[in-house]
Amino acid sequence: MTISRTARRILAALLGVGLTFIYLPLFVVITNSFNASKTFSWPPSHLTTEWWSKAAVNTGVREAIKWSLLAGASATVIALLLGTALAFAVSRYSFFGRETISLLVVLPISLPGIVTGIALNNAFTKQLGISTGLFTVIVGHATFCIVVVYNNAIARLNRMGTSLQEASMDLGANGMTTFRLITLPNLASALFAGGLLAFGLSFDEIVVTTFTAGPGIQTLPIWIYNNLFRPNQAPIVNVVAATLVVISIIPIYISQRLSQDTTSGGRF
Amino acid sequence: MNPTVAISIKGLTRSFGEVRAVAGIDLEILDGEFLTMLGPSGSGKTTVLRMIAGFEKPDAGTIYLGNKDVAQLPPYDRDVNTVFQDYALFPHMDVITNIEYGLRVKGVDKSERHNRALEALKQVRLEGYENRKPSQLSGGQRQRVALARALVNRPAVLLLDEPLGALDLKLREHMQLELKELQREVGITFIFVTHDQEEALTMSDRIAVFNHGRIEQLGTPREIYENPQSAFVSEFVGQTNKLTLDGVRINIRPEHIQLTKSPTPSGRAIAGTVTDLIFIGSTTRYRFKGHDGTSLISTNPDGLLSVGDSATAQWSKEKEFLVQ
Repeated sequence: MTISRTARRILAALLGVGLTFIYLPLFVVITNSFNASKTFSWPPSHLTTEWWSKAAVNTGVREAIKWSLLAGASATVIALLLGTALAFAVSRYSFFGRETISLLVVLPISLPGIVTGIALNNAFTKQLGISTGLFTVIVGHATFCIVVVYNNAIARLNRMGTSLQEASMDLGANGMTTFRLITLPNLASALFAGGLLAFGLSFDEIVVTTFTAGPGIQTLPIWIYNNLFRPNQAPIVNVVAATLVVISIIPIYISQRLSQDTTSGGRF
Repeated sequence: MNPTVAISIKGLTRSFGEVRAVAGIDLEILDGEFLTMLGPSGSGKTTVLRMIAGFEKPDAGTIYLGNKDVAQLPPYDRDVNTVFQDYALFPHMDVITNIEYGLRVKGVDKSERHNRALEALKQVRLEGYENRKPSQLSGGQRQRVALARALVNRPAVLLLDEPLGALDLKLREHMQLELKELQREVGITFIFVTHDQEEALTMSDRIAVFNHGRIEQLGTPREIYENPQSAFVSEFVGQTNKLTLDGVRINIRPEHIQLTKSPTPSGRAIAGTVTDLIFIGSTTRYRFKGHDGTSLISTNPDGLLSVGDSATAQWSKEKEFLVQ
């Protein structure tokens, strides 16, 4: 397709505006985490690493990082196990309602977090009698983490086809050996990408977390939210926010690189 | 002494939903034979192959491999190996690891399986490619690796599912000869599936012509070509003219119709004109139109003829196939 020079310039300008719109606030947050002025005068007159050192020894922050890592890692493990199993069932077997199940698995990603959150909160505390805590946060996060693992796994499985498995069995390997030597190695990079995405999603999630975390549990996003309007915590909040941005971007970047040949599903 | 039977198939049937893909097949394949299952797509030949390999279970029937019925056994309990249409090389393993795979899962020790894999690689003339990944190979090379990966296990029977389909014409013709040579060398029974009749005629000891889930005819390439038992076989294998003369439908091959300016009155004779010459390298095809309106193609003129020449098309009736 050829487009005129004017059109190209307009498109470039629009692209610039779009990217600025998305990334300028992030840039401000990260810069402010080094801003020497406590009131964040802009542009910063001096830069400092003081807030970063303070944040590093802040017990609230350290606790929050611990909870976030714990919840993210556990939700990811659950998502890997269940998401892979579901992908196998849907791609390798035909059964009644298969399409519906596929849709039901993917649906949670598009449900409003607040609905998922309230529903889970209700189910746990009212129906099941489980009080909110780390466990409920993990289950809540797993609901949407499964989706990204499932999407990555099923794309890879469909692309792989069944002839590799047939070839393996033809050469004398039984089902288990075939899974270990052929299927899993060919699925591994898709699962790794899916797992990283899942972790990235969990790590910056706040809405579902709000409704599933008990009073004792503060993940990083919740800690930020609770400390946002306390004036003397503001510099540290910037540091935590900057950390959150970086930790969320890295796994998503890696997983994009890994799954370029599969389709990654999700909110991005 | 009678040759031993490698595979004996009786009453083999398989349906997919409403479709009867294989409708009761009996077939004996001899030890060391190159047998081709030839037929159009959907004729059931691939399904039979997949049932011999164990990827499909028959609804009814037996498949004796030696003296054991393997029809209900999983693929890994059968002494057959397959060369797949898409080769199905393991993309995460290099060439030598691919070839060693069968021996590895059967617990053959490392040095022996390595040596045997190298030997198989030599057999398919790919020495020096041990450490390439499948993605770094050409189509023809992948084909050879797939062959080596199957042959290294020294199976009783090798199944080949349209293995040359993805190659270009030149390479395909070359591989046909090489495969045939390789089969003689290793002495393993080959069952070869193809829809390409020329390929079947070139390579096979015997051909089973499939149509609608049944075998229409089983015989040597010469028998199939020269003495077709059904209209389908006479039309599917080789070129043929389909004519209706005196209310009777007949099939007659182009090389059996002689075009001549001095007809000898015996058998059929149709007077008419040469309407076109189609030069196709080794032969020239003459388009001919009879005064009675019959159009036909001959590859057998008895002298130089040009477009517009008057001539007579003649052939002996015994070369005709009568369509019932």
